[in-house]
Amino acid sequence: MKPTIAYAAAALAALLALAPAVTPADEDQVELEAGPGKELVEASCIMCHSLDYIQMNSPIFDRKGWEGSVTKMIKVMGAPIPPEQAKEIVDYLDANYARK
Amino acid sequence: MRNRRQFLLDVARGAAVLGAGSILPARALGAGPAHPSIDGLVDGANGSAVLEALPGKRPLIKRSFRPPNYETPVEYFAEQFTPNDAFFVRWHLSNIQEVAAASWKLELGGEAVERPFAVTLADLQKDFEQVEVAALCLCSGNRRGLSSPHVAGVQWAHGAMGNARWKGVRLKDVLAKAGVKKEALEVVLGGADAPASPSTPGFVKSIPAWKALDENTLLAWEMNGAPLPHWNGAPVRLVVPGWTATYWMKQITSVQVVAQPYKGFWMNPAYRIPKGKFPLVDRFVSQETEANTPITEMVVNSLIVSPRPGQKVRRGAPVEVKGIAWDGGYGIQTVEVSTDGGRSWRPAELAQDHGRFSWRQWKHAFKPDKAGAVTVLAKATNKLGSSQAFDLVFNPAGYHNNVVQQAVIQVG
Repeated sequence: MKPTIAYAAAALAALLALAPAVTPADEDQVELEAGPGKELVEASCIMCHSLDYIQMNSPIFDRKGWEGSVTKMIKVMGAPIPPEQAKEIVDYLDANYARK
Repeated sequence: MRNRRQFLLDVARGAAVLGAGSILPARALGAGPAHPSIDGLVDGANGSAVLEALPGKRPLIKRSFRPPNYETPVEYFAEQFTPNDAFFVRWHLSNIQEVAAASWKLELGGEAVERPFAVTLADLQKDFEQVEVAALCLCSGNRRGLSSPHVAGVQWAHGAMGNARWKGVRLKDVLAKAGVKKEALEVVLGGADAPASPSTPGFVKSIPAWKALDENTLLAWEMNGAPLPHWNGAPVRLVVPGWTATYWMKQITSVQVVAQPYKGFWMNPAYRIPKGKFPLVDRFVSQETEANTPITEMVVNSLIVSPRPGQKVRRGAPVEVKGIAWDGGYGIQTVEVSTDGGRSWRPAELAQDHGRFSWRQWKHAFKPDKAGAVTVLAKATNKLGSSQAFDLVFNPAGYHNNVVQQAVIQVG
């Protein structure tokens, strides 16, 4: 397991163990497009929200828009995503969910 | 090896199952049916929408699973009051606990009160006059998904709203017990929900002191004669008639009266509209900047509930056009209906008035005399003379979309 994903899983487990959250049904039916970076995107985003946020907002952003969105998640929403991984996340979102 | 996302979900579920007080849906497997596409939404919003029932709710249009954001199918808006189990669901943060009525407590304080105190639900019900108000609860972002150009966020179509009778006590009566000081500027509202990550800003809002002291602003525990559903803020939520739902704090636990503008992400930059673009009366002066202001009251708007776009009707048979109209609490003056694509307009008949904060039902009958497509439009005007827009007043968050709706029906 990549370190980030292990970290994400551990962080999620810790958060939820401390404060059990309501987990709405059927989140696992959300299936993102296959492609490089998918697992990193899943592990990074799923800590705070279901992955349908990505599908629902597509296609709206271009690459620059996704960059802005990922930056907001890190800087404003406090997502624990190391800066060097932001590019791989944006690459995936741009390749699969961007306005062309 | 199972994929990692599944692993993460299992971790999430396991933790949730272990936690006392957490709510797991009765049905944990299986996809809900897709919801029919809605014209004007991006493909991803239509493609990811399913009809899905949260515990205690009927199937609603799922926009996001976590945090849960579900909109009400338009068909329910044929009713004057939206059924509690069909009422839309909107949360910003994922860590949502069920709060028992018996253990709920509201802390009232802040530097601009004389005597901070805490109150239980039993106290609220025993010590203060109980009142009921009919009011529309409308998400600021309702119809965001129809914005052109499209803007990011929850891609709501028409259903992030509901009309209900809210019962509770006046916030001003409860604040009077705490003794509001002259310097009171804003009232800061907090709820029991929390972010999934401690580094995410908690959902905290403020309203101007004058709005908090308005006789219509309530701490409500009941809607439509029944306790609030969990997903709509049980045991007690704030009701701010006329203003968009962002201020209607669900599971409210904290009311702080302050003498300085509250600074927090959910007040700025979130929930802002450009200044001067909308015909609004209520201002939130202490939060205004050069460029923008917090969203406040709802703009005048309407919705055609029937016929639905694409519906087939018979030539020569009467068609009843029905819908609803609302505004920020000034009252609906007229609703006009066009059955010729906007060339001519006729006044609709307004149904019973349930008060200025409720939506108003209306209807208009006509007999299509030619076969083919007929474009039906409806336009509301409020008692201030403010009407709906024909061209979208674009803003980056997609708020206040009150463009005149149209339904193209087929006469055969």
